Amino acid sequence: MDFYLSALVLSLCLGAMSMGVFISMRIFNIPDITTDGSYTLGAAVTALLLVNHWPLFPAMFISMLAGATAGICTAYIHTKLKIDALLAGILVMTGLYSINLMIMGRSNIPLVNLSTLFTYIHFFNNSTYNALFTGTLIIGFFVLLLWFILLTDFGIAMRATGNSSSMTRSLGINNNRMKIIGLAMANALTALSGSLVAQYQSFTDINMGIGIVIVGLGSVLIADALRIWLNIVAIGWQIVLVIAGSFIFQMVLAVTLSLGVDPNILKLVTALFVLLIVALPRVKNVLIHQNE
Amino acid sequence: MIQLEQVTKVFNPGRVNEVMALNNVSLNIQQGEFVIIIGANGSGKTTLFNTIAGAVIPTKGKVWIAGEEVTTLPDYKRSKWIARVFQNPFDGTAPDLTILDNFRLAALRTQSKPLKIGINTAFKRRVQNTIARLGMGLENKLNQPMGTLSGGQRQALTLLMSIMDTTTVLLLDEPTAALDPKSADIILKVAQSLIEEYQLTAIFITHNLKDAQQYGNRLLQIHEGKLVRDLNATEKHNLLLQNMYEWFG
Repeated sequence: MDFYLSALVLSLCLGAMSMGVFISMRIFNIPDITTDGSYTLGAAVTALLLVNHWPLFPAMFISMLAGATAGICTAYIHTKLKIDALLAGILVMTGLYSINLMIMGRSNIPLVNLSTLFTYIHFFNNSTYNALFTGTLIIGFFVLLLWFILLTDFGIAMRATGNSSSMTRSLGINNNRMKIIGLAMANALTALSGSLVAQYQSFTDINMGIGIVIVGLGSVLIADALRIWLNIVAIGWQIVLVIAGSFIFQMVLAVTLSLGVDPNILKLVTALFVLLIVALPRVKNVLIHQNE
Repeated sequence: MIQLEQVTKVFNPGRVNEVMALNNVSLNIQQGEFVIIIGANGSGKTTLFNTIAGAVIPTKGKVWIAGEEVTTLPDYKRSKWIARVFQNPFDGTAPDLTILDNFRLAALRTQSKPLKIGINTAFKRRVQNTIARLGMGLENKLNQPMGTLSGGQRQALTLLMSIMDTTTVLLLDEPTAALDPKSADIILKVAQSLIEEYQLTAIFITHNLKDAQQYGNRLLQIHEGKLVRDLNATEKHNLLLQNMYEWFG
């Protein structure tokens, strides 16, 4: 049971990143690969500050600011230099690998015996329950915050930017500025995710972000499937579905591991699983047409 | 209201595909004028239009709107005067957003979009009353995504969105080109009534000579980047459709 509970806590931690991918991919229609770098960046900054005995919340806040800065870099390269968003993201992500190494000073920083978010609260005797409670609290806060933002006039303008750029320009919205703010928000959430995961697993590793964008992508795609299936239109519930998507994703991985699959091929399983989610509706269509 | 002074626009200067889309065009449009622009494909009318809208920055010359020089001001900053209806009926609205969300943004065209929830019951009622004048029954579908509507419906809503915030200039770029005759008729009648009711300065590009004859109180013809005809209200009123066809002969 504890095994699945910790998968649940992990899915909450990764849910912040899934929300980030939701913002960049679903709201702004930008495939943002910066994620891999800003996730590790969040973890690296948190590790550096905690090891140097910074208080927890300022450390997490600065980690998010660092992530936002990475997002702003990608957005600037994309909007001002008119470079393809995918390439802009890859460039920043690649650069961040060295920056993360510089921040950390070595490739792995253990965070054991340090006070983290998950040792903060002692409501229950079981540490996993405490972690679950804290994780729910913090992710719940950010879900509600994003929910609110997307309902405001500013949020409507954000959603319109990725949807119809001609419309937004004619209604007085600076699309480039919107994209910069959007990618800053997305990567701040991604960095928060990295920070949370590092605290939960009690270490930061330079390679922890490699391929992590696929986890966020998978969560958003599962959320899409759920959204169509449940016929949900309201933007707020779509954010909740993204967290649900993150949970389903981690559960599938947890079950795979418990079946005795070699952890070394977990990335392959992840990639195949995402492929399955993307391909399933199309395979279904092909089958329906064959029957006709 | 709108003034162009010796505006020239050259696309791809110095290359083999160099095009002079506007050639030394000067134009003065008064407050309350409803200007019709006609011209063959490639004559420069869309470039002229985009120069006013801010989507094209002229190579030479100056542009004024409401007494302010706006020559290099980008389009999203000119929205404080200008409302636009596009040729493609899908360009003026955001498909994944609801009708209500689309109208909310339109109501803030000349203002900043703050971090506040602006949609309330009063606003919903205002949108309902605005949409009801179309008589399409859309006022009861405010929470439906824009993308579920037809091109004609979306174009009609785009037009109504232009009066949600203060508008001085209404730009119509072949708004009926992609619509069936019935929808086209509705759009132009609604446009006409809005222009009169709100005393807008309007510019309407069209390929339909009948519409050009029927609507507006000033007629411009553009040919190879130059203004070749400029008819005032009386001249336009006396103009026969037959004469207009001959211009393109």
